[in-house]
Amino acid sequence: MIAFLSKRLGIGLVTLLVASAVVFFVLEILPGDPALLMLGMNATPEALASMREQMGLNDPVLVRYFSWIGGMLVGDFGRSFTYSSPVIDLIAERVVVSLPLAIISLILSTAIAIPVGIFAAARRGRMGDTVSMGVAQVGVAIPNFWFALLLVYVFAVWLRLLPSGGFPGWGAGVWPGLKALILPAIALALPQAAILARVTRSAMLEVLGEDYIRTARAKGMPRRYVLWRHALRNAMIPVLTIMGLQFAFLLAGTIIIENVFYLPGLGRLVFQAITQRDLIVVEGVIMLLVASVVVVNLVVDILYAVVDPRLRVSA
Amino acid sequence: MKLLKSVLVATALALATSTAAMAQRTDVVIGMVLEPPHLDPTAGAAAAIKEVGYANVFEGLTRIGPDGSVQPGLAESWEISDDGKVYTFKLHTGVKFHDGADFSAEDVKFSIDRAMAEDSVNPQKGLYSAIQSVEVVDSATVVVNLKHPQGAFLWNMGWGEAAIVSPASADGNKERPIGTGPFKFDNWAKGSSITLVKNPDYWGEEVALDRAEFRIIPDSAAAIPALLSGDVHAFSNMPVGDALPQIESDPRFKVVIGSTEGETVLSTNNKKEPFDKLEVRQAIAHALNREEIIQGVPPGLGVPIGSHFAPHHPAYIDLTGTYPYDPEKAKELLAQAGLPDGFSATLKLPPPSYARDGGQIIASQLRQVGINLEIIPLEWADWLSQVFTDKNYDLSIVSHVEPMDIGIYARPDYYFQYENPEFNAVMEELEVTTDEAKRNELYGKAQTILAQDAAVGFLFQLPKIGVWDAKLEGMWENWPLSVADLTKVHWTE
Repeated sequence: MIAFLSKRLGIGLVTLLVASAVVFFVLEILPGDPALLMLGMNATPEALASMREQMGLNDPVLVRYFSWIGGMLVGDFGRSFTYSSPVIDLIAERVVVSLPLAIISLILSTAIAIPVGIFAAARRGRMGDTVSMGVAQVGVAIPNFWFALLLVYVFAVWLRLLPSGGFPGWGAGVWPGLKALILPAIALALPQAAILARVTRSAMLEVLGEDYIRTARAKGMPRRYVLWRHALRNAMIPVLTIMGLQFAFLLAGTIIIENVFYLPGLGRLVFQAITQRDLIVVEGVIMLLVASVVVVNLVVDILYAVVDPRLRVSA
Repeated sequence: MKLLKSVLVATALALATSTAAMAQRTDVVIGMVLEPPHLDPTAGAAAAIKEVGYANVFEGLTRIGPDGSVQPGLAESWEISDDGKVYTFKLHTGVKFHDGADFSAEDVKFSIDRAMAEDSVNPQKGLYSAIQSVEVVDSATVVVNLKHPQGAFLWNMGWGEAAIVSPASADGNKERPIGTGPFKFDNWAKGSSITLVKNPDYWGEEVALDRAEFRIIPDSAAAIPALLSGDVHAFSNMPVGDALPQIESDPRFKVVIGSTEGETVLSTNNKKEPFDKLEVRQAIAHALNREEIIQGVPPGLGVPIGSHFAPHHPAYIDLTGTYPYDPEKAKELLAQAGLPDGFSATLKLPPPSYARDGGQIIASQLRQVGINLEIIPLEWADWLSQVFTDKNYDLSIVSHVEPMDIGIYARPDYYFQYENPEFNAVMEELEVTTDEAKRNELYGKAQTILAQDAAVGFLFQLPKIGVWDAKLEGMWENWPLSVADLTKVHWTE
């Protein structure tokens, strides 16, 4: 187990290092002058020169790369060009929105998808299967921003039960904060749940066709017990893989939903930073996301080993 | 029991609503599309910085009123020497910055010197170009010496970028703006909202609002439900798209269509072939059907312009008839220019919808006369480098939103690459002319020259689509500056 973990950690660190170089040098060749963007079309050349100096854009590329890497090692992600506050603070402000949102959506989608998937697999080819997979098909097909707008019109404009968007901050209390995340979490969870339900169903079907399931049934073990105890556990590997991918997506790939609900999440921070050419922020957030994907993968790997003891040995 | 409960609930509700009705509302939520990058008006050009801070948090020597006129600000009054070169400002006394520091003539000198300094990053440094020196006479009197008389000096000092700041807090204004205005900065939840609260120690007239929140709503699809659900009370300029009729028909809201300083033009590279030929530019002007272009940019409320000037200004003259829509004439002019079969060129478009939507229509209009445009969409950063800085373009569409910016055509290195000594002479004369009537006449002359030269393709003035709660009053109807001045905003019930 120790060897397994340290190997995984090593791979993770190399991934981070490679990612940092790719991110930095790709952004370096992006056209656009952050100083000009900040000062606009009426700026005098002297003012632009002063701004570039202030933003630290006059140092050579390699110097900036290594000072950035060196800073990150000690937890200093640099200072935003545009917001002029430390990047780490900007990220922290957004993570407290994006992380709870991602967790709530993941819980929601899992809570819906796994029972539905098992149910459909158990009733393969029957009415329940057709209906639930039909609904899942619709769930996959509906664009989540459209579904989000529908939720806003029903729950905010019409019923006035929930806010139409925005985030009051956790300082306003846990309930107002959660209230602001309910609709976006549902909008994000639905398509994810639909995909996850389909994956669960097919994984379950595969397992249910195995000999040992027939043996278990033949020796008289109750159907429900076979399904939950023997089949599900073995069907979990592909399900966990998809959940890991979904969580990484939910952390930062939610820019559209963040825009519909004008939530100050990580996705919008990156988007704004790219359009403003606030490269240091873009780099910082991307590194954080790479790190979180590495961590999520690590967790998924550990969970594999938990559900399937064979993996503990072979890895 | 059940009956008793519902009676109680009803009574409680009635009580709650009646007490709410007695007290006038004193808070407001204003929606805005773009988040400011920071809040220091002296260090960034983004309009959103001024939208939050102008007249609310920061004040200048003068201020621009809702009608575009120059009004006293921190300067109570001023005297101008006979040669127009010395301005003596009498300042208000008893003024304090939000951090408690006293405001005095020293702060005026500090702010102007700072904006003019070598290492200044003021985005409108040009506003200060005529200033020679600033002298403090006493704590309430300051003298500004100019190199030459400048007609627009008092107006320049009313811009958001000319805010008076305090030496103690100037460097922190990006994060924590400290001004002298009637509202104090309270909180900025990045990506979400900026909150201002009433400044109880304000020197001037008390404002009606206790609290104002600017909520950032980047998506027009989100702006409409935010308004309909009552989460947001007002938009100075709402991204309505084609939903305007829906909002107009709702009695809960007031829709006020105003004008802005945004001249939307088909930018033309005057030094590049074949646009260096007057006939070609005239041909393009004749090929443009402004009404059709305006209709193609929802909600279709732009006002046609024939030169680079805002129609709401007294000096405006209507030059839309200089080269009326006439495709036949356009073809003739192209033939005269030696291009009977037309030509091909590129049209580089920045992200706003007026450019992307308008660009499609312009391309099809120019195709009618034989000019084939290849449309190249660019994001802002790219547009600024390629088109604006490197002048690597044929045609583009952009709205020039700086107020009274006709002078850009006289700049030697500007991206239009337009050069006309006659126009430059008018601008030079205008710079030193202080007489209002004479200035307006010169503005008229300048507009006419640009129109006749077809320096660029003049399209339309961007509209300001003000939408707010019907019970809210005091919002600006027009935008001589794109700001959200809340000093007169109040609820009627």
